[in-house]
Amino acid sequence: MSKQEWPLYEVFIRSKSGLSHRHAGSIHATDDQMALDNARDTYTRRCEGVSLWVVRSDRIIASDPAETAAFFEPAEDKIYRHPTFYEIPDGVENL
Amino acid sequence: MYTQGLDQGDKETQASAGTPEQLAAFQERIDAEEKIEAKDWMPEAYRRTLIRQISQHAHSEVIGMQPEGNWLTRAPSLKRKAILLAKVQDEGGHGLYLYSAAETLGISRDQMVADLLSGKAKYSSIFNYPTVNWADIGAIGWLVDGAAIMNQIPLCRCSYGPYARAMVRVCKEESFHQRQGYELLLTLCRGSAEQKAMAQDALNRWWWPSLMMFGPNDSESKHSAQSMAWKIKRFSNDELRQKFVDVTVQQAEFLGISVPDPDLKLDKKTGHYTFGEIDWQEFIDVIAGNGPCNKQRLEKRQKAHSDGEWVREAAQAYASKQAARAAA
Repeated sequence: MSKQEWPLYEVFIRSKSGLSHRHAGSIHATDDQMALDNARDTYTRRCEGVSLWVVRSDRIIASDPAETAAFFEPAEDKIYRHPTFYEIPDGVENL
Repeated sequence: MYTQGLDQGDKETQASAGTPEQLAAFQERIDAEEKIEAKDWMPEAYRRTLIRQISQHAHSEVIGMQPEGNWLTRAPSLKRKAILLAKVQDEGGHGLYLYSAAETLGISRDQMVADLLSGKAKYSSIFNYPTVNWADIGAIGWLVDGAAIMNQIPLCRCSYGPYARAMVRVCKEESFHQRQGYELLLTLCRGSAEQKAMAQDALNRWWWPSLMMFGPNDSESKHSAQSMAWKIKRFSNDELRQKFVDVTVQQAEFLGISVPDPDLKLDKKTGHYTFGEIDWQEFIDVIAGNGPCNKQRLEKRQKAHSDGEWVREAAQAYASKQAARAAA
């Protein structure tokens, strides 16, 4: 057993150009290059991607699920930000 | 592949933390088919059940590389060898997807590996049977992966997000495993009488252990009710086993080989096959560590791990050196 756990990396795959990278899973590696190699071998054995991102999991800043309601609350009462808020009479076209 | 026997163990599941309000709110989310994500609040028992199930599933994938790996150097053609190599590699990959899903629940990879190597952790009973002839490779793909698919398709809708997503990935790859196995057997069955006899022999040996993969009968399955309520599990062991028998018998008929069960017959009223009693003592023995290959499988994994020690050390030393240079 190695003395210390290898760092965890999150893996993101762009499946084809034109699409954004999407989280696929995670991988352990001793360094960045190994993380890329391991991610390729583990997550793209069937040509699932044209581009890979790996990022150390401990470098990701995440919102707190326990605070979800309060954190996203400011957007909740602003229904006027949606086009459906506005009533446009029949007959007006291309709007 | 391969969840099973995963209802066993963990006597502590009663000690669930959380207030009645928290538990009720959690169950409400589950009932509304909301997915639970890694950082969400969850009852301790839910977390432990998942850790046990996902890690056992991962161990099964990793140990599952052995019975097939056994034939890599003896595959009858380059084509079959390349296929088998890809399949064995997939099993390793599935193990990795699943370990990382389990890690989101707060258990470390090293801990899981240590539990497997010490013999504390369980894995699917099916991998404690030997692969004695080439047709066994076909039978594993067709029957073992076939049974695994039955188990795993519903897991794609499991309430725990990271597990469900890993299973989607696994299931996509599993179909190749089953088809290559069936095609391998089809080739044998269309060959000489001797080759066909090999296929029949493999079916004879793998049929019953494959049925055992679904775990104990519903009446004996301890954790099922809770797992169903939490939507970790969607169908009972017996329901899945029945589905498997119903689809597989017809496939055996097409191959022209027969399922080794004198009690097997189609019930015209229900449209389902009825089948003979499973030898549950054998199942219990294999789970308890006394199957034909338990000892060999574990020893091989331990050896692979200790043989790889210097590689892991070297990788770590290299990384530290590079990091030190970059800092200087």
